[in-house]
Amino acid sequence: MEGHWYDAEAGPLVRPYAMTGGRTRPGPHGARFDLIALVVVDRSGTDTADEALLGPEHRALLGLCRAQTQSVAELAADADLPVGVVRVLLGDLLEGGHVKVSRPVPPARLPDERILREVIEGLRAL
Amino acid sequence: MGLQDDGPGPDAGADAESAPLALKILVAGGFGAGKTTLVGSVSEIRPLRTEELLSQAGELVDDTGGVGRKTTTTVAMDFGRITIRAGLSLYLFGTPGQDRFWFLWDELSQGALGAVVLADTRRLEDCFPAVDYFEHRRIPFVVAVNCFTGARRYGADEVARALDLEQGTPVVLCDARDKDSGKEVLVRLVEYAGRVHTARLLESVGPPTGPH
Ligand SMILES: Nc1nc2c(ncn2[C@@H]2O[C@H](COP(=O)(O)OP(=O)(O)OP(=O)(O)O)[C@@H](O)[C@H]2O)c(=O)[nH]1
Ligand SMILES: [Mg+2]
Repeated sequence: MEGHWYDAEAGPLVRPYAMTGGRTRPGPHGARFDLIALVVVDRSGTDTADEALLGPEHRALLGLCRAQTQSVAELAADADLPVGVVRVLLGDLLEGGHVKVSRPVPPARLPDERILREVIEGLRAL
Repeated sequence: MGLQDDGPGPDAGADAESAPLALKILVAGGFGAGKTTLVGSVSEIRPLRTEELLSQAGELVDDTGGVGRKTTTTVAMDFGRITIRAGLSLYLFGTPGQDRFWFLWDELSQGALGAVVLADTRRLEDCFPAVDYFEHRRIPFVVAVNCFTGARRYGADEVARALDLEQGTPVVLCDARDKDSGKEVLVRLVEYAGRVHTARLLESVGPPTGPH
């Protein structure tokens, strides 16, 4: 991806939060997205003019989400960004109305038997 | 949590049918027990980086403090996705075994369906912390004994006794390099997690009372 503020040769860490303007936490909503929270593009909220104002990392994430629904973890792996950075960037996108983020299933509402059976059959068929 | 809830509500009914579902499984175990190998044999594995703020002493600090005291460390996790069908995926997270990364487990274990604890019989004690961790948090887990070549073979019962596992915790012998073997471990976990969650559901409903 273009626009990295650091390169891989430089060592394990060089200011990964530079592209978030030093912010290590998402914006005022204070959301800390779960690694498996799913991110979808909010088609109602975006227009191309808004998008042009976004930075390259924001747009890269939007592009990935547009291709298919992605989890926060996948976005980080695909964009080759640390999870913490992706969380901050997603917070911006959420606030700007570019994406919707769905909450993963809370433990108390773990999937019913039918879904677990589907998972088991799916695993066997891999 | 301040997270915007665009997902289905508790009684979303038909909506819940179509909402994409993501399930999380953790893969834990001692250093070199085969976590990366297992995640790689059953899914397309990708490295995932998190940046964590650590104090000089190595423990997690609140990031509202002064910049001078903080250092950031990169923690790499194994990450894999298994697509069961459109809208239903399983996500695997291989977590670093070292104690100082437990704060990561705390986050990862939230909402997890369950965990696989990989054990190497040559260093069984390496998986004690993981076993303790999941038992204390009541997260369903199976112990997968990775049968390394040259290691003495133990039966599942022997391992269960040596680890002092709670009754019912499955122990599966496996070869983490083998896809079918890895799949079997996951199937056993999902089956077990299903049983545990059903039992808890019944527990939360309470004992049957007399006629109304
Ligand atoms: N013979 C044999 N070797 C294995 C098996 N599973 C893993 N290995 C080997 O053992 C070594 C360690 O496996 P990893 O999968 O890297 O272990 P890990 O738990 O991810 O290790 P760390 O991330 O360093 O803690 C590798 O060289 C693997 O090829 C197995 O079932 N049998
Ligand atoms: Mg590893």
